[in-house]
Amino acid sequence: MALDQSFVGRTYPPTDPYEVGREKIREFAEAIGDTNPAYTDAEAAKALGHSDVIAPPTFVFAITFKAAGQVIEDPQLGLDYSRVVHGDQKFAYTRPVRSGDRLSVTSTIEAIKTMAGNDIIDIRGEVHDEAGEHVVTAFTKLVARAAQEA
Amino acid sequence: MTAKISYDEVEAGTELPAQTFPVSRATLVQYAGASGDFNPIHWNEKFAKEVGLPDVIAHGMFTMAEAIRVVTDWAGDPGAVAEYGVRFTKPVVVPDDETGALIEVSAKVAAKLDDDDRTVRVDLTAMSAGQKVLGMSRAVVRLA
Repeated sequence: MALDQSFVGRTYPPTDPYEVGREKIREFAEAIGDTNPAYTDAEAAKALGHSDVIAPPTFVFAITFKAAGQVIEDPQLGLDYSRVVHGDQKFAYTRPVRSGDRLSVTSTIEAIKTMAGNDIIDIRGEVHDEAGEHVVTAFTKLVARAAQEA
Repeated sequence: MTAKISYDEVEAGTELPAQTFPVSRATLVQYAGASGDFNPIHWNEKFAKEVGLPDVIAHGMFTMAEAIRVVTDWAGDPGAVAEYGVRFTKPVVVPDDETGALIEVSAKVAAKLDDDDRTVRVDLTAMSAGQKVLGMSRAVVRLA
């Protein structure tokens, strides 16, 4: 069943702040096998002009995707999450995420389309720090595959 | 932000050093924990097959994280990445053996975007088992 177009443009309340921890960044960098010292060594990060260790570019997805859960699980929208796959992902950075950031995400439904029975939803997540400054915008495209005919 | 590479030193067509990233089942379990994405298609073979996949597959976001390392290693400063986007075209299938799968990433400077901002567009190609796993994979990088 096609999703309700009236949800396009809907913005959800900002999430409670997520505090970015130094050890969480380290854990993520280790999981992707990336030994860039900017992720683990504050002095190395400072030598690059950052105030503290920074996170790998895709780290913030864990935060924005959790925020997108407000949309995905909105019972009024009625997305069948068991059929959802990740189609596209894009980030536009004002600055890298760094240790000590307290980040909140404001999610907006940018587009809803139905193609060949698949529901396609575009969600924009604006990430701001505690001072209200923009850090990164995450653009997430989710595809809910058409249910098989019984 | 201090990229190692100077804008003046690159031209459209400049190739970045290619890299190959191994991924095993253990890698996926570790990434699941670090990222908080515990979808069983990334660690449970029985579940993955029940939903029509050939086997356990890597998180798309894991592949995206590996691919940009070609850019961040080249630029020196990961903070030099101004934009990064991909399309997930094919899954990276990860067999339950000692070698797992390989993600092969190559990249080149597609265009110099802005002489004042010193930004370039880098186009990435990510392959696994002979198939292109990321499409429309592009980054905008601010060089020194």
